[in-house]
Amino acid sequence: MHLPKFDSRFRTVRIKEILEENPTTKTFVFDFPLGGLAGQFIMMWIPGVDEKPMSVAFDDGTSFRVTVCKVGPFSEALHEMKVGDRVGVRGPLGTHYSVKEGDHLALVSGGYGAAPMYFVAHEAIKLGCKVEFLVGARDKDLLLYTEKVGELGSNLKLHISTDNGSVGHKGFITEVLDEVLAANPTVNKVFTCGPERMMEAVGKVADKHERKAFMSMEKYMKCGVGVCGQCAVDDTGALVCMQGPVMSWNYLKKLPEMGKYHRDAQGKKHYW
Amino acid sequence: MANLEVEFCGVKFQNPTVLASGILGVTASSLKNVVKNGAGGVTTKSIWLEEHVGHKNPTMFGTESYFLNAVGLSDAGIEKAQKETFPEYNEGKPAPIIANIVESSVDDFARLTEEIDKCDPDIIELNLGCPNVEDEHGKPFSCVAADAAAVVKACRARTRRPLVVKLTPNVSDIGEVAKACADAGADGFCAINTLYGLGIDINMRRPILTNKSGGLSGPGIKPAAVKAVWEVHKATGLPIIGTGGVCTGEDAIEMMMAGATLVGMGTMVYYRGASGFGKVAEEMAAWCEREGVKDLKEIIGVAHNA
Repeated sequence: MHLPKFDSRFRTVRIKEILEENPTTKTFVFDFPLGGLAGQFIMMWIPGVDEKPMSVAFDDGTSFRVTVCKVGPFSEALHEMKVGDRVGVRGPLGTHYSVKEGDHLALVSGGYGAAPMYFVAHEAIKLGCKVEFLVGARDKDLLLYTEKVGELGSNLKLHISTDNGSVGHKGFITEVLDEVLAANPTVNKVFTCGPERMMEAVGKVADKHERKAFMSMEKYMKCGVGVCGQCAVDDTGALVCMQGPVMSWNYLKKLPEMGKYHRDAQGKKHYW
Repeated sequence: MANLEVEFCGVKFQNPTVLASGILGVTASSLKNVVKNGAGGVTTKSIWLEEHVGHKNPTMFGTESYFLNAVGLSDAGIEKAQKETFPEYNEGKPAPIIANIVESSVDDFARLTEEIDKCDPDIIELNLGCPNVEDEHGKPFSCVAADAAAVVKACRARTRRPLVVKLTPNVSDIGEVAKACADAGADGFCAINTLYGLGIDINMRRPILTNKSGGLSGPGIKPAAVKAVWEVHKATGLPIIGTGGVCTGEDAIEMMMAGATLVGMGTMVYYRGASGFGKVAEEMAAWCEREGVKDLKEIIGVAHNA
C-alpha cells in the first residue's frame, strides 16, 4: 500500500509584525501562507526554549497570527522576540469551527479565547451570517479584540461581561448567553473557546435552549500528530490533537473528565 | 477466513498485532481505544518506580519514510499504574496487556518487577534498550550481553509471569545479547527498540529534538528490524514481538516469517491512525486467503527454512 504523504518537520517562519493587545498580551504576525482555519492550531518551536501548541488567531492566506499572553517561560520568550526573528512551525493541525451560509452564531469567549473567536466571526461575516459575539474577562483592561470585533459591521452584535462590572454586564458570560439565546431563537450554533469549566457552563446553557454547541478543548500535547497519546481523553481515548481541538458538546458532555480534570506531561491527573 | 489467533508465552492473542510501548499508552482509555480499533494486544508506556519528567519539546517529528523521537520516558510512576492504569484497563479487559518497565539499576529493576507483578499484567517487558535517556542513565543495558543478563536474572527471581526483553538494535551482535538473556531466564523478546538518529534544522542550524539525539523508527527501519528478529530467532528460538517499521499487513507477514510470533506497531499510528491495527490484521487475513494459509502460526520463522 502507498503511505499518505506526511511531513511534520518544522517550517521556519519570520515575525513580520508585533501588536500589543494589552499589558500582558501580544499578537505576532508571521509572514507565511499557513492555510489555517478558525479553531485549528500549530505547534510552535522557539529553539532552546520549548515547543507548544498555539491557536491560530487569524490567517489571511499570506500571513497568519497568534495572540499570546505572558503566562510562562515559553510565552515570555516569545514576548522577548523582535520583528524579523524566526520560530519553527508545524501545522495547521486539528479540527476547525464549521460555518455555513445562513448560520446565526453565538460566539462565546473567555479571556484569550477571544482571538480564535474573532477569526470565526470574520469568516462568518464574509459568508453573510449573523453573529452574536460574547466576550468575558475579569476586568475591562483584560478584554481582547473588542475593537477589532466592533469593526466587523452591522451583522455582528457585541455583548461584554466583566467579573467586576467595569464594562458591560457584571457577572458571568453564561448569564449573558442565556439572555442572548432567549432573545434570538434563530441562533443555531454556539461556539466557545476559553477555560474548560466556562465552556462546560456554556454547553449547559446551549442545552437549556436546545442549540448545538462546539468548543475548543485544551489538553496537554506533545506531538500534535496523534502519536504520543498525551492528549487522550477519558473514557473514550479520543485524541484532542486529532479529533479536536474543536469538538461537539454532545460528545464532550459524556466524557467523565469534562470540566473535572486534565493531565500533565507525565500523564498524572489534576482536578480543576 | 484464516485463523489469526496466536499464542505468545502461553498468552492467547486474537491477532498478532500489538501496540508497541511509548505510543498512545498514557491512559487505560487510550489503550482500550487501541484494542477497539483492532489491536490483538497492547503495551503500556514505560513505567518507572517514581515519576519521571522526560525531555522538553520538540520531542518528535516525522517524514514519509521515518520518525524521530526523544520523549525521554516521561511517566507518572508505578503508583499511577497500580491505582489507575491497570485497574481501569483490567475492568472489562478487552485484550492482553504487556507492562513495559524501565529503571536505571539492576536492584530497582528487580523492585519494579515485584511492584508491576501486583498489577496483574499478562506479560512483563523489560525496556533494556531506550536510546533517549543516556545522559541521565548511561548506555542501555542491552548494549552489553552481561549487563542485560544481570537485569533479567534479578527480575526473573521476582515474578513468575512471562518475561520479555526489549532489545536495542545498536549492538554488533544482537543474537549474542539475546542468548545471554535467554540463559538468564527470559521467556521471549521484543525486537527492536529504535535505532540512533539525529535531525538538524538547517535554517536554525541546530538539532531539532531537545535531546539532540533521538530514536529512529518508521517504515525506513523495517529491514533493520527484520534482520534483528531473524538473528534473535536463530540464536534463541524463543518467541519474539517483531517491532520496527511495520505499517501494513504485508510488513507484518514478513516480520513473522523472520521469526516473530507477535508484531509490534507504534509509528504506524502516525501514518494510519489507531484504526491501522484493524486494517493491518485485515490485510494479513487477505494475504492468508490469497496464499491459502489456514492458520497464521504456520508462517512463523518459515523463511529460515529456505
